[in-house]
Amino acid sequence: MLQIKNLTKIYDGGVKALENVSFEVPDGQFLAVIGLSGSGKSTLLRCINRLIEPTSGQILWNGEDITAASVEEMRRIRRKIGMVFQHFNLVHRSKVITNVLAGRLGYVNPAWSLMNRFPKEDMEKAIQQLQRVGIADKANQRADELSGGQQQRVGIARALMQDPEMILADEPVASLDPVLAHSIMSHLEDINDKDGVTVLCSLHFLDLVHRYADRVVALNEGKLVFEGLPKDIDDKKFKEIYGREAERVG
Amino acid sequence: MKNNKKASPWNSIKVGLTALLVMVVFAYGFQITKVNLEELRSENRQQSLIRVTRALAKPDIFEYEQEVEVFNYPIYVPCPTDGRTIEVSEHSASEPYLVVTPACADPGGEVQVEGFNFAPNTIGPVRFIPGNDPNNVVSLGRDNAETDGDGHFLLTMTLPNRTSEDVQFIRATLRLNVGAPRFTQTAKDTWAKIVETVFLALLATVFGTMLAIPLSFIAARNLMKPVKSSLASISLSVLGWPIGIALGFIVVNWVGGISASIGSNIWINLASVVIVPVLISLGIRWALPEEEIPAQSLLIRLARIGMLFLIVLLGFYALFQLASLTITAGGTLQTSLGSFGFLGYFLFQVGDIFAIITPALGALAAGGALSSFLGRFGQLGTEKLPLAGLKTINLILAPIAGATILGLLGQLVEWLYQIGIPAYTLWGPIIVGAALGLLLAIVIGAKDALPIGMVIYSVTRTFLNALRSVEALVMAIVFVIAVGIGPFAGVMALGLHTIVSLAKLYSEQVESIMTGPLEAIEATGANRLQTIIYAVIPQIVPPYISYTMYRWDINVRMSTIIGFVGGGGIGFLLQQNINLLNYRGASAQMLAIAVVVASMDYISSVLRERTI
Repeated sequence: MLQIKNLTKIYDGGVKALENVSFEVPDGQFLAVIGLSGSGKSTLLRCINRLIEPTSGQILWNGEDITAASVEEMRRIRRKIGMVFQHFNLVHRSKVITNVLAGRLGYVNPAWSLMNRFPKEDMEKAIQQLQRVGIADKANQRADELSGGQQQRVGIARALMQDPEMILADEPVASLDPVLAHSIMSHLEDINDKDGVTVLCSLHFLDLVHRYADRVVALNEGKLVFEGLPKDIDDKKFKEIYGREAERVG
Repeated sequence: MKNNKKASPWNSIKVGLTALLVMVVFAYGFQITKVNLEELRSENRQQSLIRVTRALAKPDIFEYEQEVEVFNYPIYVPCPTDGRTIEVSEHSASEPYLVVTPACADPGGEVQVEGFNFAPNTIGPVRFIPGNDPNNVVSLGRDNAETDGDGHFLLTMTLPNRTSEDVQFIRATLRLNVGAPRFTQTAKDTWAKIVETVFLALLATVFGTMLAIPLSFIAARNLMKPVKSSLASISLSVLGWPIGIALGFIVVNWVGGISASIGSNIWINLASVVIVPVLISLGIRWALPEEEIPAQSLLIRLARIGMLFLIVLLGFYALFQLASLTITAGGTLQTSLGSFGFLGYFLFQVGDIFAIITPALGALAAGGALSSFLGRFGQLGTEKLPLAGLKTINLILAPIAGATILGLLGQLVEWLYQIGIPAYTLWGPIIVGAALGLLLAIVIGAKDALPIGMVIYSVTRTFLNALRSVEALVMAIVFVIAVGIGPFAGVMALGLHTIVSLAKLYSEQVESIMTGPLEAIEATGANRLQTIIYAVIPQIVPPYISYTMYRWDINVRMSTIIGFVGGGGIGFLLQQNINLLNYRGASAQMLAIAVVVASMDYISSVLRERTI
């Protein structure tokens, strides 16, 4: 269970990215986070694994306060939270397999990983994860030689290497075409269904939300404006989330 | 808009004044830089210039075996009053011979010297030999005879003011090149020195790069900015350095003493060097498990730390033994390998370097380890202790840390300037440091994270910028005093300059990397070092290679002139030849420099293309 209580983030310039956001995510749920660009979706996801330090509020995960965790505790928490990014964030010049193995960095002994040594089981596991997302044959290519859809699958394999209990997906399909978008989303759905991993996924397209999400939270200018089932987003709610001038597409 | 461009007298005056000002500036510049074309027109200057340019155009690289042919022709100076004439032997038409007309002349008079049947296109001096001995080595005047394609020359010679009743001589000395060309001594010396130059640049670049890489990370703003620490942690880290260095020095020297007491028996050395690494690797396997998902009990963790400590001691023992082994082996090989003795020399020097730097390395490692351990301990304390207790600890620790920093700095000043007043260099700084520490502990909150990363960043940057502004030539002067004249001083000077300038260039590359991968690696739970290795380093490899090549170019160029101040390399020869006015020699060295710089340029561009 992930509980977010009164979460507020004010950036150095005084921009209020999140304002008093509270909601809960039960284990195993596929939660979509929607809202306009700049509504605080990325900030919210990054506060959960503290890539961004929240200004105030609490984030409890299975009873443990993430916001109060020490550096060492944070390493332990982060390794259970996989993250998938809009721009994939692979290390371009490294091989695909190295990018995937990087998902184990929170587990391995730092001294060994500095010499690029990973346990044998991890190597096997990396190949398995690549097989799962269907690009095992690309293992020894450089990451920047892959297409966008393939790169995002490497990103998912990297997250899977962490044995995650939760995956934070920050607009994972925003830079992909609709066909690839469905392919990537179904990988996330598969992980959610089969492995029981909680997924928090920020999305732009409502059809994807209807198709994949169990529940939706919506942000508008840093405030939580909607929390409920995807089918509950009617035209009135839609205008509330996206503003008066917004038109429904797709 | 329309009326803005109206011509006004004021504008014209402004333009005129500006032009006048520019002229005045240039006029002053001419005076300062002593522009003087009169000098250029002077006869003497022009002749010197022609001579030097011609010498430079003929680098002293090849020479021939030479045969010297000497021909004397008798002459009376002045013409004898009794009408004596000289008997000149007949020549066959094919042998070389000289004819001087007229056969006698007054001192200061002119005679025509004509040569026939000499070797074509040679050059040689024509001199006046005073006295009546044709083999006299004393000669006066010097005119150059240049034979044409038929071996004929004709020149007009002014007779010197040496009068004699007796017959005197005019001598033509012609040198003939025979056989194949061979390298001159200058060419051989130039070769030896240019090799020295290239290796000087290579060593300086390699050592400089090795040290510049770690420095560049702590001089990169984007990596250092997130590094924040609590006051307790910082204070403990500060204290950890000097204590660790002192302890490390003692312990490593103790290990060195044990190693030395075993002696330099080559078999014991060899056995130690082979067995100890095996032990170390076994120990490491136990002490550093590859993955440790459930955290182990405190006892096991302590045992592992103890094991690591033991491993480090064993490692230093192995290093000492290795140094002893390589020194012995190198010394032996140096004498027994003959022309490959330089390999033995290399081993000997490497061993010596190990022997010298091992204690320093140990001290630094211990300092770093203790500092980081205490820092972590401090961070843990900050997180777990109650606020009031933490505040008290801060109030005690921060003044001690402040006193330590300023006290050590004061002692450095004392060492440099020998002030000799403890109030200024010991007690004063300690009191001020303690006061500053106390103030800091009072002012800031006990759990506040201080931007220590930015402090380290600023100090490093300042240090780099200050050192970078010192020319490598100036550094070489200092190192010549420290390690003596020779290429080693040049290596040290160029190496140091390489470190500081590359660290700056490198760090700018680190600052411009993509942040996405950094964020992604951090999100997996990787610690700072892992993040650097997996997200930063792959991104900076191409620019690092490119900058290293660039620096290698610069170092080759610098190493050609670092010899001017005694730093070894070809500059020494070049300067010597310029000072001796031996322009043909200097020309050979300039040619060598040009060839080396051009080929380094080519090689580095090829390598750069390959690697990126």
